Parts: sequence; structure tokens; C-alpha cells
Amino acid sequence: MSKKLKAVIIGPGNIGTDLLMKIKRSEWIEPVWMVGIDPESSGLKRAAEMGIKVSSTGLDGMLDKVIEDDIRIAFDATSAYVHAENSRKLNELGVVMIDLTPAAIGPFCIPPVNLKQHAEKLEMNVNMVTCGGQATIPMVAAVSQVQDVEYGEIIATVSSRSVGPGTRQNIDEFTRTTSGAVEKVGGAKKGKAIIIINPAEPPLMMRDTIHCLTKNTPDQERIIESVQNMVKEVQKYVPGYKLVNGPVFDGNKVSVFMEVKGLGDFLPEYAGNLDIMTAAGLRTAEMFAEEAYNQTITLPARG
Amino acid sequence: MDLTGKKVTLHDMSLRDGMHAKQHQISTEQMVAIATGLDEAGIPLIEVTHGDGLGGSSLNYGFPAHSDEEYLQAVVPKMKNAKISALLLPGIGTVDHLKMANDYGVNTIRVATHCTEADVSEQHIGMAAKMGMDTVGFLMMAHMVTAEKLLEQAKLMESYGANCIYCTDSAGYMLPDEVTHKIGYLRAELNSTTELGFHGHHNMGMAIANSLAAVEAGANRIDGSVAGLGAGAGNTPLEVFVAVLDRMHAIHGTDLYKVMDVAEDLVVPLMDHPIRVDRNALTLGYAGVYSSFLLFAQRAEAKYGVQARDLLVELGKRGTVGGQEDMIEDLALTMSKEKGLI
Repeated sequence: MSKKLKAVIIGPGNIGTDLLMKIKRSEWIEPVWMVGIDPESSGLKRAAEMGIKVSSTGLDGMLDKVIEDDIRIAFDATSAYVHAENSRKLNELGVVMIDLTPAAIGPFCIPPVNLKQHAEKLEMNVNMVTCGGQATIPMVAAVSQVQDVEYGEIIATVSSRSVGPGTRQNIDEFTRTTSGAVEKVGGAKKGKAIIIINPAEPPLMMRDTIHCLTKNTPDQERIIESVQNMVKEVQKYVPGYKLVNGPVFDGNKVSVFMEVKGLGDFLPEYAGNLDIMTAAGLRTAEMFAEEAYNQTITLPARG
Repeated sequence: MDLTGKKVTLHDMSLRDGMHAKQHQISTEQMVAIATGLDEAGIPLIEVTHGDGLGGSSLNYGFPAHSDEEYLQAVVPKMKNAKISALLLPGIGTVDHLKMANDYGVNTIRVATHCTEADVSEQHIGMAAKMGMDTVGFLMMAHMVTAEKLLEQAKLMESYGANCIYCTDSAGYMLPDEVTHKIGYLRAELNSTTELGFHGHHNMGMAIANSLAAVEAGANRIDGSVAGLGAGAGNTPLEVFVAVLDRMHAIHGTDLYKVMDVAEDLVVPLMDHPIRVDRNALTLGYAGVYSSFLLFAQRAEAKYGVQARDLLVELGKRGTVGGQEDMIEDLALTMSKEKGLI
């Protein structure tokens, strides 16, 4: 039996295409299907050229192939509006759903913080929060793992070119979902998220600032160590995750300044925000595959 | 220049943009006193709350003395004729803030985006217009793009439901010819029913001249601030602008002496520092940098030993936009390390 789990990607846009390119290199996941709704879309054409089966009639165009092709993992890179339906249909067939939309039906997943517990519980739908969340919540968690964080705030600055129409039409989703995850996953009692879109040319690299207010005087030594360790954890799947400055301490305020350089698979390196989403999504799927292979979890039975 | 008979709607910024200069620490009592004075002076529109708008309360921009709700609750019921406005920057505030503002009796909502990113404002402008608010699309840092690009973005906001579009000189960079060209172009191309506004900063000493140019070119709403209290070298000083409009026989509907008195008796005494074109404020205008970066750069200078002017010039080179205050400390740390200071 191959250790690789077979996967479908829904949504052949920037995220879906970047994901496909990353999955092709994975030891644990094999991309089999790409699903779109426009037969003329460049994303579907590109996937077909890469030898991937494509459906241009949405998820329904390939649902009857899920069992036949033994699809075990789905990545949804469409929108929050259609995600619930996609997830329901695929979960019914025993497919684990990795949600890259802001729908957040399932629990938030920030790989170095809580992926293992989701995989061990075989969560059938996990949500990858937002790009800003993936880039910053590990840092909030790094501080809250040392001591209580009363307030966590993140500011994500991304290049205009890397922000697609979906995010733009519903930018509030970003702030709400991210601030919620700063609390739930980051461990801050109260969370806040800010996103800034910058149109500078050449495009700026994704940068993120993380501020935490600790309840008691910050234990500087332990926080510095925790932050540096967490950076290394994220670097395992996003090599361009870089601590630029900090942690800086000012009273009970702890500030960390990050830069996220992408791998440049589909979009250029500056789009670290897309890269960290797709890399985290893939990392999540890989963990499920590893756990299944090690028989820590048993995937839904198939006849 | 002939502005005889031109009708100008003045919009005071001292209690919102002025919050930047006060590190968001104006008290509700001070706000009520100033807003009441402005109301009595006949100023029709007054903006309040955090300098970065609704939801601006943060470590990044500063925690205000009071919440948005507390400011609105204090000021709105005290107004006899003046209407209250609030600013909302998508990415910082959300439609929840907007609904809250509407519930508290805010009349005018101004949805602000960087001048190239209008499409993030669709849900907010749409919602405000749907709720029947006076809905303004506020295109910030308008000096960074051509008139054509500005129009394209203005049309987006107009299509979402904005009944007024602002050309916003957030950096105080523009010179009068640019204002004339941009406002004139917007006036010619937008719906004739769409109002136009101009928001100036005095960093290059041009706020009055620019505001006049805007009126001449077709803007009818002009932002100003009593005693100039605002970010950077401040906004168009309202009492000065009123006096100039008076001399030019434009119609502004306000009492000059009363506006002067609010400026002198209420606003100047609460200033933490003189609002003037000092070295750093001038650099903002000269380098085209968002005006509220001023105090952040000065604090970074004090903390890390890098000149605020050097920081601001570098921030200009990097094309930073409004809201990127976090970049200032980050850059100061990097520059300070390079110089071997830390």
C-alpha cells in the first residue's frame, strides 16, 4: 500500500494552483483532481497540462470518482459561501476536508500549535484560518505558552498583487476570523487583527507585526527562546518565515516583527501570505497521512 | 480666483484627525466642549472618535482615552444643528462598527481606503448606503496615483453607493496645481450628483491654498480642523479657511469669530505640542508620508537613536501607506542595528 493519500483540490485560482505545485513534491499526498467551474479557466488548463484530472462542472462533476480514485483528502480553495456544501458532500464520502476559505466550519488549525491534536482526533474538517493568522498566531502562541497573554494583536501587511477578489469583497472575514483565532489558537484572552494592503512596486514582501500584552512582567529569556523555537517550527514548512526584529519588550508589551518570503511556486516570492496558507494546508494534510500510515488514526472505512 | 457665491460645506477634523496629535487622549468632556462650540459656530459636520477611525483602538495605533461608543454617546446627543461623522478603514474596522455608529446616531460615514484599493470598501459603503447614511468614499494618499487611476477607484466607490468622494492628501504632499487637476478631473467624470471633497494636511504649508483650489475645481466639502489640530503639521486650519472664504465671498454658513474662539480658547490649550510645520512634519509632506507617522517616528528616534527624518524619508521610499505604523519601529530597529547603536 502506498503511503500517499490521494487528494482533490477545489478551486483552481492562485491558492489552488500554488497548492497543486507544492503537493506534487509531497511524499505524503498525491494530487489527483482539480475542480473548477469554468472550463476556460487558466488554472484548470494548467492542472490538466500537469497531468491532473479536471472537473469543470464543480465538485458534482467528480463526486462519483471519489471512491473509485480513493480520494482521502480535499483542499477547498473556493469561498466561504460554497464551502459548507463542498465539505458536507465530501465528508459523507469519508474525505477529510482542509478548508482554506474563511468559512471556518471546523476547528482552526495552525500547524505548529494544534495540528497534531486535530490529526489524532481525525477531525474531518479543519480550517486554515487566514494568511495573516498562519503568519502570526504561532508567535502569539509562543508567548502564551510561556505566560498568560491578556491581549494579542497582529498586523499583516500584504502586497496588493497578492490579494484576490474574494478577500477584497469580504475583508471583514479576515479581521474577524483572524482575531478569533488569535484568541482560540494563539491563547490570547482578547485578540485583534488588522490587515493593510500595500500597492508598492516592486511588491513588498508579506510582513507581520505581533504585539502581546502579558498579564505579568514578561519573562524575557523564556519568551525569546519560545519565539525562536516557534520560528524554527514554522520554517519546517515555510522556509522563508523570518524573524526580522524582536522580541522587543516595553513594559508588558512584547513585539515581534516578521517577514514571510514565499517559495515562489506559482506566485512570486513576495506573496508569502499565499505561500504560508498553502504550505500550512499541505502540512496539515501530510500530518493526517503520516498518522494514518503509522496507524495512530484509521481513515473512514471503504468497501 | 473667483469663489463668489460658491457653497462650501465645512467638515471639522479636530476631534478625529486631531486625535493623532493627542495620541488619542482627548477626553469626552473636551470633545463635547469643542463639538458644542463648533455646533454653535455653525460648522455643519464634525468627525469624532479614534484617529484611525472606528475600531482603531489598538497597540499599533494607540489605545484611546475612551471607546468609540463612549465618544459617540457623549457627543451626538449634544448637537443642535451639526451632524456627526465617523471614519472607517476596512481592514481595521468592520461593518459591525458601522452598524454601531449608525445606532449611535452618526449621520455621515466615511469609508477610507488607500487610493488604489477601493474594492475593499464594497461591503462597508454598500451597507452604509443601504442604511441610508450619508456615505463618503475617502481615497487616501491620493498624491501617489494619477488622476486617471484616482477616477477609476472613485468610480468603484460611487458604484458601491457612495454619494460623495474625497481626494485625500494624507501626506500633505500635494501642491495646488495637482489638487486642481485631480478634483477637476473627478468633477468632470463622476456623476454630477456625486459630491466631491478635499482633505488636506499642512505639511508643505499648502492646506489653505489646496483647499481653495479644490473648491474652485468643483469640490463642495472641505475638511479642516480648528487650530489645525491634526496629524503632521495638522489639517487645513478651519478658522483661517473660514476667514479666507469670507474675504472671497464664498458661502460657508459659519461664524468666523466663534470658530476663532473655539480654536483659541478650547483647542490650543489642549495641544501637547504646537501644531506647526516643523522639521519632521515638513519631511512628511516633502517625502509623501502618511501624516500620522509623525509622532511614531519621533518616539522611535528617542528610543533607538535614528533620526525621525531619516526614518520618514526611508518610509517614503518604500511606498508605505496609511496604517503601516508598525513599520516605523521595525525600520528603526533595523536602521539602529545597521548603525551599531543597538
